[in-house]
This record gives sequence, structure tokens and C-alpha cells, in this order.
Amino acid sequence: MQELVKRAKELLADGTVTRVLGWKKGDLAYNPEPAFFENEEALSEFVYDSFCGANLSKYMIEASKKEGKTLVFLKPCDTYSFNQLLKEHRVLREKAYIVGVGCAGKISAEKMKEAGISGILEVEGADALNPSETLKVKTLYGDKEVSYKDVMLERCHVCKGKDHMIYDEIIGESRDTLDGDRMEKVREIEAMSPEEKFAFFQSELSRCIRCNACRNVCPACSCRKCVFDSTKFDSAQKANVDSFEEKMFHVIRAFHVAGRCTDCGECSRVCPQNIPLHLFNRKLISDMNEFYGEYQAGADAETKGPLTAFTQDDIEPSEARERG
Amino acid sequence: MKKISKENLTKLFAAICEEASLILPLKNNGMTNFALWSEGDEVDLDTLKTVKSAKDAFFPQSETLYNCHREDGKLKISPGERMDENFVVFGVRACDKRGFEVLDNVFLSDPVDSFYKARREHGTVVALACHAPEETCFCSTFGIDSAEPGADVDTWFVEGDLYWKANTEKGEKLTARLSDLLSDADEKAVEEEKENIRSIMKKLPYAGITTEGWGGEAEKEKFDSPLWEELYKPCLACGTCTFVCPTCQCYDIKDYSTGEGVQRYRCWDSCMYSDFTMMAHGNNRTSQMQRYRQRFMHKLVYYPANYGGMFSCVGCGRCVDKCPTGLNIVKVIKAFSKKEDK
Amino acid sequence: MPVEKEFRPKIVAFCCNWCSYAGADLAGSSRLGYPADVKIIRVPCSCRVNPMFILRAFEKGADGVILCGCHPGDCHYSTGNYYARRRMTLLFSLLDYLGVEEGRTRVEWVSAAEGVKFSTVMNEFVDKIRSLGENVRLGDLRCKN
Repeated sequence: MQELVKRAKELLADGTVTRVLGWKKGDLAYNPEPAFFENEEALSEFVYDSFCGANLSKYMIEASKKEGKTLVFLKPCDTYSFNQLLKEHRVLREKAYIVGVGCAGKISAEKMKEAGISGILEVEGADALNPSETLKVKTLYGDKEVSYKDVMLERCHVCKGKDHMIYDEIIGESRDTLDGDRMEKVREIEAMSPEEKFAFFQSELSRCIRCNACRNVCPACSCRKCVFDSTKFDSAQKANVDSFEEKMFHVIRAFHVAGRCTDCGECSRVCPQNIPLHLFNRKLISDMNEFYGEYQAGADAETKGPLTAFTQDDIEPSEARERG
Repeated sequence: MKKISKENLTKLFAAICEEASLILPLKNNGMTNFALWSEGDEVDLDTLKTVKSAKDAFFPQSETLYNCHREDGKLKISPGERMDENFVVFGVRACDKRGFEVLDNVFLSDPVDSFYKARREHGTVVALACHAPEETCFCSTFGIDSAEPGADVDTWFVEGDLYWKANTEKGEKLTARLSDLLSDADEKAVEEEKENIRSIMKKLPYAGITTEGWGGEAEKEKFDSPLWEELYKPCLACGTCTFVCPTCQCYDIKDYSTGEGVQRYRCWDSCMYSDFTMMAHGNNRTSQMQRYRQRFMHKLVYYPANYGGMFSCVGCGRCVDKCPTGLNIVKVIKAFSKKEDK
Repeated sequence: MPVEKEFRPKIVAFCCNWCSYAGADLAGSSRLGYPADVKIIRVPCSCRVNPMFILRAFEKGADGVILCGCHPGDCHYSTGNYYARRRMTLLFSLLDYLGVEEGRTRVEWVSAAEGVKFSTVMNEFVDKIRSLGENVRLGDLRCKN
């Protein structure tokens, strides 16, 4: 972490960048917040640890409108989102100085609470690059231990890899955290009967409170005005009625980001009700890979996505159905 | 003081349901929220904080105000149903219980909200003391005693028993109805539990948070502070904080076209949303900084100005838990007191 | 499952202006019947149909939605239906994944000369929806009264 701060100070001092986009210390052991640092003094509050899961690339949309360059710290998976935003002309490459930071998998307080740890006061071993295998947690109710892997974000178990897709320089080495198959749950659902599928999604989506956190955090959801914010549209963005609305919202949202979603997992990370929203995106990714060839959104900033391209002999919807 | 053993709770719930419906924390796929109980549901009274607060019981996220449709060539309007059955909300924490009082000020003062009033009249609140407060709790900042919520009925879990104490007429009535299941108990165990809870409250990381400097008088100074410009930046403009909050009371009224008619409904609104208080001329708060400021000014300045100094935050800490970018009301309070220190 | 006689499904057919809508016209002028349950919505091109159109139709009470466009290669705008094809492939697959009965959605390419095909497709589709019954999973409860 000190290395990141040192480099940020250098780049601020020599005028390469006018501000730094990173993470600021939280007021608890686990709640750092994304932050802009304008000067050296402010950087005293900079932090980069295992709780810095927030993907900063979306903040670059705003930063691209400002004077001067912004130094942005991006983890390997965040760089996919940045590339995708670049492809869509939502961020400007010349306004960004990208420092790729190493990542050893991110964890969350939510997961720690799920693991039965409450009253968290201090967490020892949550180092960003070299975390301990077992975290020592000081709580209101005594000292606890928990395995790092058990409290890692879902997306880190299916990590896309250690490589940064775009950067100006890289600081710190990443660690392999992949230990699962990201399509496993998708396959499991595909194998269900329509009744089971419907019951599964009904039970998950009925918890939705329409807070729109998934949409607002999503780097692919960068429309200036979302269709669900339209006052002319009577299925409001905020009403929660136990009927079709939530499903419509999530289906349309998944569809709008289809071919652009990098599977960064932010939607599932931020959901206050812990709805596995990535299951929609992954289904679409899985279908697109199968029907139109392997494609990873954000792997570069040029290749056309599957929904903005076509071939003359694409599969017909009816054939696709027979296959599925 | 009465008590009932933990094993008999299902019987107690069933008994409550004989003459009322029962709303209590239920677990669905790992997440606990207040919901209507029916036999076989997974009741979760161990989780300290439900994701959404208990306010849905009196002020649901969405409710129909009236329907209109055509009948015999004429427009027919039928008003939405007001609650006319008794219900019990069980397992409410002290913070959420204070949240109801915050809502009362708004909805029961003139003009009275008849939907809310009907629910309040028909609802009995059974509160549960917080056996194990969490690091995000700061209800004591607002003078709330999580060891003694002061609802219609207060309850405490001590070892294998649920201790039960009625505080109001409504509470006494419910207790009398359940008397077959409740046995007499002495207060000693509960007194110890209360002491225990209070001693934990003192050790919480947020124990020292004070609202000093906030309140109606601070309006101009706080409103004009340059700090907001810094504080709002990570905000995603989602509505998580407002929808999990026990005291947020803003709502929107919308029409839904059902094909053959129109349903007018109201639903929670969030001051974080770009179309909040959108009017014909546009919006009176055009930037996220203004919207962000509004939320905290409302809780800590405007509300106390309107309601005799009572704050519209109860320190439940749900926003601390749930904000996707780690923002919360405590950070705001701290940022202002830090500035004043300088 | 026995189908109640009274059940008259509501079918929404999005038809492209240049081929399928003309195909429907031809079916009409050739006196080929298709059930009155089919409500046609004319769109400039099959790719005008946003997935939201389809979900909205279901939300507001449709029991089946069919999209008809020019045959691939014949699009009036050259490529519109190729895009539509990809979108519908993915949308239908996603709806299946959500547990919506297969068969409530369909895509068919119908040219201006294919009045017979239009009529056959619509008859088939209506039969299919009749056998599936009322759309419950994608409808908004508020529209059911």
C-alpha cells in the first residue's frame, strides 16, 4: 500500500496527474469508500486492503469530464470494465493514468457476517496483496478466526485472471483465487424444470427492494437516463409490488448489458438482499459464447460485442431452443 | 413479568394467529426480513437486524390508494382497503420501535394519513431486546435503550426462555389472550440481561457519537458547509440507505394503467433518486450533492426543527451495513465534528 | 390438462412493415383466416422490437408474443433482422431460463408473398397458446382484475 501512495505522490508532484482516484479508510474495520484525492496531504487517508472491492472504473466517467489527468487504481477485473467504457466512449483514455494494482481476492463484511462473525472491531491479515490464509477478527464477543477463502466475494472464486487488460504501469503482484466454475450454477438452473426455475427466481427476486444499487454500481449501466427512470413509464423504478415488476427490471437490465457485461460481479456484491444477480448475466454470457463464439467483454477496447454484430447464418431462436 | 420457553414459541405464534395476523423476522435464502408468518416458516430471531426495517408493517413499500375502472359506461372509483384486522409485529428492536414514533409524527399529525393510522390502531408491537448489539449500532446516541425498548410488549431472551412484559393496554390485552402459554417469572434474570446489554452498548465503536451541533438551529451553517461537496462523491445515487432505513418516510404517488382502469398507488421514494420531487417545472435539486445533503439535513436538521428536536435517525446502523460504497450517516456526523475540532 | 372452452388467448404479433405486415394483408385479401385473437402491431423493422416491448406485452396481459420479420437477407434496411435474430435468440433463452413456458414466444420470417404462411403460423401459434393456457408467470397481477 505504501508503494501506491508513494507513486501517487510522485505523479501528483511532477504534474502527470491532477488527482488520484482510490480508496479512503473507512470508520470501521471494513468499510473503505471510493475517493478522489486532490493533494499529498489527503493521501494520508488512502487505503488499499482486502475490503477494497469497489470497482473504480465507473467513477472515471465523471473524472473524464474534469480538467487534467486522473490517476486511477484498477484491479485486474476492473480493467475489463474500463476497456468496455472506453469502447463505448464513456471514458477518455487520455484523461486516465492507470495504475494496475495487484489483487489477492477481495472479501466483505457481509460474507464475514454470513460466516457467523458479528460485532467486528478489527480484522487482522486483510492485506491487499498478501492476506493471511486465516483472518484474525477481534469482535465485541471475543476473538474469532475465519478462513480468507470463506469470506471472499463470489466473483473472486471465479476470477478472470491476474492480468490487467489496460494499464500505464503495474504495482504489486496478483494471486490466483480461482477455485470454482462460474457457469456451475447456471447449468444447475438450466437443468431444472420450468416450474422449478420459476420458483427459484421468484424466491430470489421477490426480495428485491428496487433500490437500484445493482444498476447504479454497474459500469455497463452508464446511460445518462435509464429507461426505468422515465416518468412516462408506469412500472416505476421504485415501486415494489410482488408481481412482475422486479422480474421485468432485472431481465431488461441484464439484457441491456448483454455483450457489454464483463462479469465484474459488482451487482451481486452490492445487493442489500444478496440476490445472485450475476446468474442473469452469466446465462447471457454462456449463451453468447455458445451461439456466437467465445467473447469476453472488456478484454480489449475494439472488438465488437455479439449484440452489435451478426453473421448471415446465425442460429435461429427456435434452433437455439432445441439445443438448450 | 411472564415467560415462555423457546421450544414453545411456535405454539405462541400459532396462538397469536388465532385472532390476529403475525409479522416477524423470517429467513428466505439466508436473508432475514419481516414478513407474514405461517406455520413452517423459518423464524429468525437471532439475526439482530433484518435487511429492511420493520416499518413495512405500518408503512408498506407500496400500497394501493384507490382503483378506478369503467362500469356500465361510468367511471367507478373504489378506495384502497384500510387495515381492519388486528396484527402483531413480533421481534421489533428498540431502534425500529423508535422509528415508528418518528413516522407517527409525520403521518398522524394533520393531515392524518388514514392508511397509516388504521395500521397503527390495529397493530400491536412486541419488541425484543438486543442480546448482542453490533459494531454498527448507535441507538444510544438518540437516547434509545436497546435493553428496554418500551413497546406494547417488551421481550428478552435469557438462556432458554423468552421473558415477556406488557407495557401498554394493547400489550396487556395480548398478554391476557396468551395467558395459557405464559407462566409467571421473576425479574432477576431480565435485570441481569439488561445490565449486560447496556454494558456492551458502552463498548461499541460508535458509542461516543453525538448529535451535538445538529438540530433546527444549525440549518444555515450546515446547509452552506463546503463539506458536502467532499462527502457525496462516492455516492452511487442508489436508494439502499433510504429503503433499509426505519425512519425514511418519503413516498411517491403514481398511477398504473391496468388496461381496463387505473390503479393509484403510493410507494416509497428515495431522495437519492434523480426524479425525487420531480415537478412540472423540473427538479428542485439538480445535483447528487444536493440530494445527498438533503437526506442528512432532513434527518438531522429539518426533522428536529419540525418535531421538537427529535431526530429522524434511530441509530440502527443499517445504512452503515448496507451502503455499497461505505457511506453512512455516522461518517457525515464525524466529518462535521472533525471540521469543528480544527 | 383440459382447456376451458372460454379461454381466448391474447396474442400480440409484432410485424415488420415491409414483409410480414404485407404478408398479413395478403392473407386477408386471399381470404385465408387466422384467429381474431391475434393483434398485430406494425413496426418499421423487426429490429425495432426492443425486448421491453415483448415483456410489456406480457405484463399487460398478453398470453403469447410473436415477432414476424423479413426473411434473413431480405431486410428492407439490409441488416435489421439479423440483429433482431440475435436479440430474440438471447431473450427467449433468458425467458426459458426464468421458467417461462417455452412456446409463449416465437419468431417467424414471413415475406410479403407468404400469405399462406402467415395464416398457418398464426393458427399454429394460437393453438399452442391455447394449450398453454393463460399467462401467469409474466403478467402483472394488477392487470388481472
